[in-house]
Amino acid sequence: MSNFVNQFWASTIDGLTQGAIYALVALGYTLVYGVLRLINFAHSEIFMIGTFATVGVISAAGITSPLAGVGLLLFVLGAGAVAAVVSGGSAVVLERVAYRPLRRRGATQLAALISAIGASLFLQQAVSIWVTSDARTTERVMEKVNLLTIGTGDLRADKLLVFVGAMAMMILLDRLVSGTRFGRAIRATAQNADTATLMGVNIDRVIMITFLIGGAMAGVGGMLYVIFFEVTNFTVGFVLGIKAFTSAVLGGIGNLRGALLGGLLLGLIEEYGASVVGAQWKDVIAFSVLVAVLMFRPTGLLGEALGKARA
Amino acid sequence: MSRTLARRMTAVAAIAVASLGLAACGSDSEGDGGGSGETVKIGFMGDLTGPNKQLGINILDGAKLALADYEKTNPDVKITIVEYDSQGDPKQASGLAPKVIDDGVVGLVGPAFSGETADTGAAWEEAGLPFVSASATRVTLSDNGWKTFHRVLADDGFQGPGVATFMANNGFETVAIIDDASEYGQGLANEVDAKAKELGLTVAVREAVAAEGTTVPNYSSTISKIKGANVDAIFYGGYYAQSGGFVKQLRDGGEDAVFVSGDGSLDGAFIEGGGEAANGAALSCACALINDTATGAAKTFYDAYKAAYNTEPGTYSPEGYDAMTAFINAVKDGKTDRAGILEYLTTVDFEGVSKQIKFEANGNIVGGTILMYQVKDGAIVGIGTTEDAKLS
Amino acid sequence: MSAAKRLRLPSAPWTRAYEAASARWAALPGWARWVGYALILVAALALPSIPGLGDIMAPGSSWERILFYPIAIYVLLALGLNVVVGYAGLLDLGFVAFFAIGAYTNAILGGTYGWGFWTVLPIGIALAMLAGLLLGSPTLRLRGDYLAIVTLGFGEIIRVTANNTEFLGGPRGINQIPRPPSVEGVDALTFSITDSKPYYYLAVAFITVFIVILKRLERSRVGRSWTALREDEDAAELMGVPTLKFKLWAFTVGAAVGGATGVLYASFQTAIRPTDFTFIVSATILAAVVLGGAGHIPGVILGAFLVAWLPELARDLNKYRVLAFGAALVLLMIFRPQGLWPSRLREAELKEGEGGIGRLGGEVGAVVTQEGL
Repeated sequence: MSNFVNQFWASTIDGLTQGAIYALVALGYTLVYGVLRLINFAHSEIFMIGTFATVGVISAAGITSPLAGVGLLLFVLGAGAVAAVVSGGSAVVLERVAYRPLRRRGATQLAALISAIGASLFLQQAVSIWVTSDARTTERVMEKVNLLTIGTGDLRADKLLVFVGAMAMMILLDRLVSGTRFGRAIRATAQNADTATLMGVNIDRVIMITFLIGGAMAGVGGMLYVIFFEVTNFTVGFVLGIKAFTSAVLGGIGNLRGALLGGLLLGLIEEYGASVVGAQWKDVIAFSVLVAVLMFRPTGLLGEALGKARA
Repeated sequence: MSRTLARRMTAVAAIAVASLGLAACGSDSEGDGGGSGETVKIGFMGDLTGPNKQLGINILDGAKLALADYEKTNPDVKITIVEYDSQGDPKQASGLAPKVIDDGVVGLVGPAFSGETADTGAAWEEAGLPFVSASATRVTLSDNGWKTFHRVLADDGFQGPGVATFMANNGFETVAIIDDASEYGQGLANEVDAKAKELGLTVAVREAVAAEGTTVPNYSSTISKIKGANVDAIFYGGYYAQSGGFVKQLRDGGEDAVFVSGDGSLDGAFIEGGGEAANGAALSCACALINDTATGAAKTFYDAYKAAYNTEPGTYSPEGYDAMTAFINAVKDGKTDRAGILEYLTTVDFEGVSKQIKFEANGNIVGGTILMYQVKDGAIVGIGTTEDAKLS
Repeated sequence: MSAAKRLRLPSAPWTRAYEAASARWAALPGWARWVGYALILVAALALPSIPGLGDIMAPGSSWERILFYPIAIYVLLALGLNVVVGYAGLLDLGFVAFFAIGAYTNAILGGTYGWGFWTVLPIGIALAMLAGLLLGSPTLRLRGDYLAIVTLGFGEIIRVTANNTEFLGGPRGINQIPRPPSVEGVDALTFSITDSKPYYYLAVAFITVFIVILKRLERSRVGRSWTALREDEDAAELMGVPTLKFKLWAFTVGAAVGGATGVLYASFQTAIRPTDFTFIVSATILAAVVLGGAGHIPGVILGAFLVAWLPELARDLNKYRVLAFGAALVLLMIFRPQGLWPSRLREAELKEGEGGIGRLGGEVGAVVTQEGL
């Protein structure tokens, strides 16, 4: 327990940083689930593609020494945009190839899940075979300077960037879904696709854009991940994807704010838990908490609410 | 990937002459094949495409070089190397074992890792197939009474305590011992842990961090714990695929105690993964790394290796060469079946490129020298044995 | 009307032939069908001994060995998971946990304490069933997708716990698990490291016993309740089927098969470690069930056989194995989502499968299938 007290601030900062990435990836699961009632199992690979896109940008931009100020801002915006486009595009292709034909035939959820697992394996292996099967390390993009020490915890610039970047994306998405005409179409489809169709919503387009947005979020998550860890490989999505999905379920799948809450909470729980019982139990802690929460709140902490107006 | 490919191509070219006309050689019926006198099959088993493939490739390339040297002497009895890629996975290795035995292989270089060796040892023993591992260092492997088992390097029973001694000799009093929760990493870390306590060192943090194959874990919590404990050195038991990332996160987290790791981290990929943070790290190995400062037979080996593969010999390359040479010497002595080669190995005694090759009755190498290396300016340099090495 | 109905192609000649054959099979007198079953059993037992077959089926490895592992082991696991997924329609992504529990039971009792195979077997089954009950009672109330992630988490919890527990051997696992006792003087029942055939015969015996039990269950009240809750859980509940109880039944029966398979597997490998029980095993077995035709035993066996065997055939293309496997899953779900060999009941269910089930019940129903999608 003394570890918990000693490391409290460090754990809090690290937990929120890791949790912010979970939350960004969780958004993709939650959006797709809200609209299609489908666990997009291959979403973790969309994230992985985002990390590789960022690695590509870093080497293409010829970055050899850490950036700062405007240069860093430009890089984050540029790399974020590229990663978002690449990941979002991959997600749209994924939907076209692996899910839409199933939807048209009225296949079962189980069939869709198997297709998703198949697509996930395919994408992983494709990157492993045609890009690299080794870890890909990148140059340092930003100095990991300490901005502020809170107790034992160091608030480092890169951690702050990850957190702030993720929050900004979340707020943007929240505005989009709750405040725009298109957001209404998404919510309408999530509530009742039949009625939405009757009201003139083009559901294929809504679904496509849902995948695009979810993919873009994962891409930005991948970009922040690479800035933070400076390394990626073709299996990077697997564990992270499971954690992100857990976050989504924890908060209430289909609920955007739930994904945020679930992600941050999961990040914190893992760090606090690891400080008490050891890092090797992280996964056990995460899943045990999930089971416990679901036992008492079977639809997650905030419930399923994409269809509801407050979204 | 392309670099590896290019190297493999060169390797193929280097032994092309050797294998001409032999590749299509049919399988030698069942059981103790190879008695035909013309072609002898030596197997190789290890990770060639899995997460730690560099180690497997190093061994195989070393073995191929030994074969190429043998072919230069224009021998009557031809030898071929049959590759079995286990991906370092014990289950795949035990799945391949019957195939190896049926293929009429008369000697095996490998299996590379301890886990796969542990799981397949009984099969080799049953088939009377002598095997010489170039890299399996788990202590208990030699406790099974396998007559067919051999290894050309000292085990973790030497390496673990050696590292602990090294840490004590360098004046470290409080240490953290971390492992990657893998068979290898945890085994080695436990050996270090036991000896460190015996030597009076304080092990302030003892933790495992799940490495999950090749994914990139977040070590934040472990690092906070280490920082809180004010240690002089950190030992990490694990493979290079993760140790580079670990040391980087450690330094970024503001922890500057000396980083020590074992043979699993002794690879260029550790430096690549760790970048600047890898500098100053101390790495132990029962293996001999050979670089351009080598002399004598080692220098000849270095030059030949560089010529064949266009790269420096890696971790376990010399051991792969020596393991293969042991078999080649047996063949030179007219032993071309399993029983004959096995018998020969009990008497083998030659100066290999890594060390003197002579086996004890349980298959362990005679002698137990553990060497220390240090990363300096992005290069791995030898700093002596665990007894006398001093960090600079 | 669903799009699927509109797009339905005229039945191919081989489909008609199959339908005719299965009708004739169903019309046969009982004794004739039993003769048929016996012939299939004999053929299965002969598989490892047919000369030349191994060269065709497993050119890169030992046919006898892959017949037992992975083929027979996958068939057993798929039979177990089929109860959960195929019969009851519950989404289980952590089936490997029960396999692991069986294997570790044998590792501890057999390997560490030296108990015999036949003593350990019922204990392994019992412990797996107990785990099924413990996991099932709190979680089976959950909707399908929550259940999926919880079971996935359970599988990981079991594996990580084994990895972190000294008593369970940690990452090194446990070695020297005893083989099943041999029958003196009978080669086919002499268990050793070099001969995989006895294991295969034992596995065929397991498979036969489980098929008989599962078939009886399928036709009992339990089986009918499973069908009811799979087709429409809410309606079943309304009609007085205690759905939770029967979900638990499915979970426990499936777990029992998984546990038994684990015991058998451990006695074959003689060494197990946590990395044998990763998520990919669960995913592969699930793929086998769905590929073959969930809920249909012959289909499930076919699916498991293909999933286990096809990668062996493509050993030379090692690098592309998993890639091709992934692509095949996607293509199969697009072109034959009911599986290669579905039961007629399931096929009928799928054909009338309007989206409602999936959207409300969340179990194995349809993805959004509204008109016009």
